[in-house]
Amino acid sequence: MLDFKVEGSNDTRSGFGEGLLEAGKKNPHVVALCADLIGSLKMDAFLKAFPERFFQVGIAEANMMGVAAGLTIGGHIPFTGTFANFSTGRVYDQIRQSIAYSDKNVKICASHAGLTLGEDGATHQILEDIGMMSMLPNMTVINPCDFHQTKAATIAIAEHHGPVYLRFGRPKVPMYTGADQKFEIGKAWHMHAGNHVSIFATGHLVWKAVEAAKALEAEGITVDLINIHTIKPLDIEAVVNSARKTGAVVTAEEHQINGGLGSLIAQALSQHCPTPIEFVGVNDSFGESGTPDQLMKKYGLESENIIAAVKKVLVRKSA
Amino acid sequence: MTISELQATASQVRRDIVRMVHAVNSGHPGGSLGCTDYMVALYFKIMNHKPGTWNMDGKGEDLFFLSNGHISPVWYSVLARSGYFPAQELSTFRKINTRLQGHPTTHEGLPGVRVASGSLGQGLSVAIGAAQAKKLNNDQSLVYTLHGDGELQEGQIWEAAMYAAHHKVDNLISTIDVNGQQIDGPTEKVMSLGNLRAKWEAFGWQVIDMEGNDMQSVVSTLEKAKTLCGKGKPVMILMTTSMGKGVDFMEGTHKWHGVAPNDAELAQALGQLEETLGDY
Repeated sequence: MLDFKVEGSNDTRSGFGEGLLEAGKKNPHVVALCADLIGSLKMDAFLKAFPERFFQVGIAEANMMGVAAGLTIGGHIPFTGTFANFSTGRVYDQIRQSIAYSDKNVKICASHAGLTLGEDGATHQILEDIGMMSMLPNMTVINPCDFHQTKAATIAIAEHHGPVYLRFGRPKVPMYTGADQKFEIGKAWHMHAGNHVSIFATGHLVWKAVEAAKALEAEGITVDLINIHTIKPLDIEAVVNSARKTGAVVTAEEHQINGGLGSLIAQALSQHCPTPIEFVGVNDSFGESGTPDQLMKKYGLESENIIAAVKKVLVRKSA
Repeated sequence: MTISELQATASQVRRDIVRMVHAVNSGHPGGSLGCTDYMVALYFKIMNHKPGTWNMDGKGEDLFFLSNGHISPVWYSVLARSGYFPAQELSTFRKINTRLQGHPTTHEGLPGVRVASGSLGQGLSVAIGAAQAKKLNNDQSLVYTLHGDGELQEGQIWEAAMYAAHHKVDNLISTIDVNGQQIDGPTEKVMSLGNLRAKWEAFGWQVIDMEGNDMQSVVSTLEKAKTLCGKGKPVMILMTTSMGKGVDFMEGTHKWHGVAPNDAELAQALGQLEETLGDY
């Protein structure tokens, strides 16, 4: 059923904030660091509950990554918090050497990812982070889609040993994945079964894909809809099984097409099950200032773009 | 260990260094030789550490972080000679399938190494995190770090310097190898460091000086540094050394930063360094 029950809306970063507090209650070794963005990252509740386990770093993200790596030595589980841009591009070498190569149990938690950061513009709208982080050996990359899934993912990564990149966002989006869910790292969520086309979506684009699938089914096109919340390790089995069934694929993400989810799925399918694919994402471009809705429309990340991509790939499938 | 025993150990470590880089015709002898006395004092006299039961967390023991990872030869020698792994393994330095990578790493599981280093400027932040972890664990042990002076040109060092003072990380003793040399020439010419004492004091650190190639000075200064811990401020030692110390034709020049000696140069160097513990 594509009839997901929507229980209001909230931002995924608030899901992170609640998940962090929960993880902190469950495990006294969970600690948190923030680079002058406590409110934006919704880390206030953790700070209030566990002030001695919270480290304000100031506007110094490179140092934050290093300190987090050091805190793991002695058994702590550090969660770093800043915007996605400053969590990745700004500190890539620190993450590469001190965290990924050194196999440190650091959770890099990144808010305001993608275009939906909005008015601050392209300097802050990173659209390359999934690619950068997925390229790092030893890194797990997770991009949840709503408040509940982000909360569950935050709790799950505290129990997973190894470096993790957790990507979430700024705007309020519909809540439809359900409270008290169990988040399984690396296991795609098969949201809906269909036969004509597969849609693989991540993050904020999952809801756009749900809306697109509803419209398509009204036209008699059934969609195999899969939520790829864990981009690395990719659930190749789920991707291949779906593509084999439908023979046509659309990917959808709030990220550059180059190097993002679409690239990784194309790579997997070209090896295991060559299938026509269309990509919904940002096409080799920087963002700009605007409201999240205006930006998603201008850069082609709406449900109508997914619908158009589906129709295009179905023509290729039948050719 | 007495001062003369430490000096004898340092002579063997210097032999190990030149033999290691010669054997693979690569590596960094200059800074390694300059920091040998400090490293020997640290591992054979100053630190409370447990080579035999090495583990990543290092609870209840002092920790050391090498931020200028290119001087791996001196660290590997000191680790081996103090019992972290067999000295014979030094012969694998920089060779395929070795645990003794060109720059230190945890990746191959070499005992004694707790983070990868090589890309400069990152070790201070990591050491600060480890020092804060000790505080969270009510562990009274100390954390030591070593940095090159050229490395201070990296911005992250100063982010870390500010952070350590702000958070009163006073279980940390950092040392800068002030040899005045970097790859492209003297630091004064490449990118002058200015008044290092004034800089670190302005950042809120306690600063003391050390003659890094005088074993007596090294030991007494490190002992003094321990007494400065627990007073609300991190400790910085400005250690003056001569790059290439112990091998006359390598001394005081950046030329031997990352160059290995040939057969004749190796023989000449070994002639100046007494074999005290037996070559590996």
